[in-house]
Amino acid sequence: MAENRESGGESEKGYGQFHRRVFEGRSGVFAVAMTVVILIGGMVEIIPMYSAKAGPGRADWVTPYTPLEVAGRDIYIREGCYLCHSQMVRPMRAELLRYGEWTRAPEYQYDRPFLLGSRRLGPDLQRVGGKYPDAWHFEHMRDPRSTSPGSVMPRYPWLLERALDPEDVRASVKALQRIGTPYTDEDVAGVEASVGAQGAGIVASLATAGIEAEPDREIVALIAYLQRLGQDGRRALVRQAGQTPDPVPARPGGGGQ
Amino acid sequence: MPQGSARAPAGGAAEAVSPPRAAAVAYDDRIVKMFLGAVILWGAVGMLVGVLIALQIAWWPANLGLPWTTFGRLRPLHTNAVIFAFGGNVCFMGIYYSTQRLLKTRMWSDALSRLHFWGWQTIIVLAAITLPLGMTQSKEYAELIWPIDVLIAVVWVIFGINFFGTIAVRRVKHLYVALWFYMSFVITIAVLHIGNSLVVPATLFRSYPIYSGLTDALVQWWYGHNAVGFFLTTPFLGLMYYFLPRAAERPIYSYRLSIIHFWALVFLYIWAGPHHLLYSALPEWAQTLGMVFSIMLIAPSWGGMLNGLLTLRGAWHKLRTDPVLKFMVVAVSFYGMSTFEGPMMSIRAVNGLAHYTNWVIGHVHSGALGWVGMISFGTIYWLVPRLYNRPLAYPAWPTTHFWLATIGIVLYTVAMWAAGLMEGLQWRQISDTGQLANPIFVDIVHRLAPFYWLRLAGGTMFLAGMLMLAWNVLRTVRGPAPASEPALPLAA
Repeated sequence: MAENRESGGESEKGYGQFHRRVFEGRSGVFAVAMTVVILIGGMVEIIPMYSAKAGPGRADWVTPYTPLEVAGRDIYIREGCYLCHSQMVRPMRAELLRYGEWTRAPEYQYDRPFLLGSRRLGPDLQRVGGKYPDAWHFEHMRDPRSTSPGSVMPRYPWLLERALDPEDVRASVKALQRIGTPYTDEDVAGVEASVGAQGAGIVASLATAGIEAEPDREIVALIAYLQRLGQDGRRALVRQAGQTPDPVPARPGGGGQ
Repeated sequence: MPQGSARAPAGGAAEAVSPPRAAAVAYDDRIVKMFLGAVILWGAVGMLVGVLIALQIAWWPANLGLPWTTFGRLRPLHTNAVIFAFGGNVCFMGIYYSTQRLLKTRMWSDALSRLHFWGWQTIIVLAAITLPLGMTQSKEYAELIWPIDVLIAVVWVIFGINFFGTIAVRRVKHLYVALWFYMSFVITIAVLHIGNSLVVPATLFRSYPIYSGLTDALVQWWYGHNAVGFFLTTPFLGLMYYFLPRAAERPIYSYRLSIIHFWALVFLYIWAGPHHLLYSALPEWAQTLGMVFSIMLIAPSWGGMLNGLLTLRGAWHKLRTDPVLKFMVVAVSFYGMSTFEGPMMSIRAVNGLAHYTNWVIGHVHSGALGWVGMISFGTIYWLVPRLYNRPLAYPAWPTTHFWLATIGIVLYTVAMWAAGLMEGLQWRQISDTGQLANPIFVDIVHRLAPFYWLRLAGGTMFLAGMLMLAWNVLRTVRGPAPASEPALPLAA
């Protein structure tokens, strides 16, 4: 556009002739050049994530979520818990005091999708596993203000009523296996048994607090997931420090008293 | 509204040479009007949901005790509605209007234009159904489940074919700067959407990404930050490059600056994603790259701001009377402010305080309400009288809308800055005995309540302005057509 070229006045006379000739007149060249330019940054940052040296790293002290925990994680995603609760303890003194050990990269290695969160309307949950009894989580979901006076969290009473569909859980475990989470075919075949066994453990621990719950309810799966959070990392760090490993079993009973 | 001269001198480029009425091209303005209708509808809905979730934070019973109205399910509905339904339809409205005029040709295919429109609205309706039902992939601004993601890709390709098809049959040799920005929008959003949506389905409603853990987080914020960059920035800069000179009746300040800041912006933006993961376990080198490129982004961002503001040289007096320019100047100013604030928040030490707090929410909204919202409103108020060939039904309302929106944004952002700083500082405060000074998290939440109510007031004012615009446009469209002489000779 002539007027466009003139827009800068005398000082810009003749400027940009290369740009006009090569790009503005030839849309194909322009589009290809732009595509190359926008691809560079992403490729430089993302591809090295798959390198053992430059990437976030993996560790064998982290194990995949159990089928019940996978189901609980799906519920956590469905209810949008990650929108108010992060899962990332930063290496800062105040965070160590408030939440515990800062998060190590391999702790996320089986997280699909990641759930680091972007906002803390409520506290971080990276190390919530084992922090409270199962009954606390049950009551907290039924009415958050019964356990945390003044909380602004909504109630989730439907979690206490809705039942899990084992076939649905199996579909999730199967899909995760297909992407590369190390579940064996026996794990996939045994989803129902595994869900039942781990759920029974949580129901038993709820019973000791006087709570009657059905083992196939969504709340049981969510408790299993929450009690698992941060446990692998915590135990590994304790072992590393040469102390007695934490006696709290994260699996299969759902842990945490 | 300015009942201005027939042609903007050199403003929107092509028309200065030969006004469209002289050309033998029949532009497709029907499609522009369809997108305008969608903007009005989804804008009001999306902002209303925003006000509701703001209320839920201030007063939890507003979650209404139903699964599909809890904050966790409505927050994605709000973000998707305002970004993709309101913002997306604004972009398409402005692109379909200006591209035809800049290239002096009708859109390549009317059928593809309609498919694009109805496909996009279908996606929005599907989003409005699935998100409250809790069907989500959990990645921010990419929550929609995989079948809808497939539909988005298809509709985007339709849009892309139609857009590049129109460029191919253009009757103007050189591409005006607005079109460069539109091209970056079409290409980059396709790349980002596909890259971030690669999943393995488990059921029709659920899937798992092929990336895991921190790689997944990095891919998501490569997408997420560039949704800001290429959905909420570059197409709107394109709109600025077309509509601001038209409204100001001045040529763009500097062609040289537009070349430099365009290429720098599209190159640098892509790198900035990791600033969402500072202090995480993401490898240090990636965090540092994200921080450094975020800081560099200030230069091309301000290049765009300056090119917009300086276009008004010699036309500043028009601001007194023209609400369209008021909206646009405040929009460009907010663009400048939030693109200064963003790089600052990407500095690791600042991010340590700001991350996870309301400050981030304030930052997002100074960009979304201040930049995207205001440039959209200015564009709409400029466009409607020309599209419908009649003056606005309530010509004084845009000025009221302008002040409501501006004061609303200021209340919103100031409240969120204060709340963010307060909670960030109180989370980290250590007492003399070496313990947390505020060990009970919920105590801090309670101290934020006054700011949440203030934010709600600001957001409600912004929504009220949006409703004024909706009613004004509706009454204008439904109003009587001018009997004889068109009110605005510019209208095509």
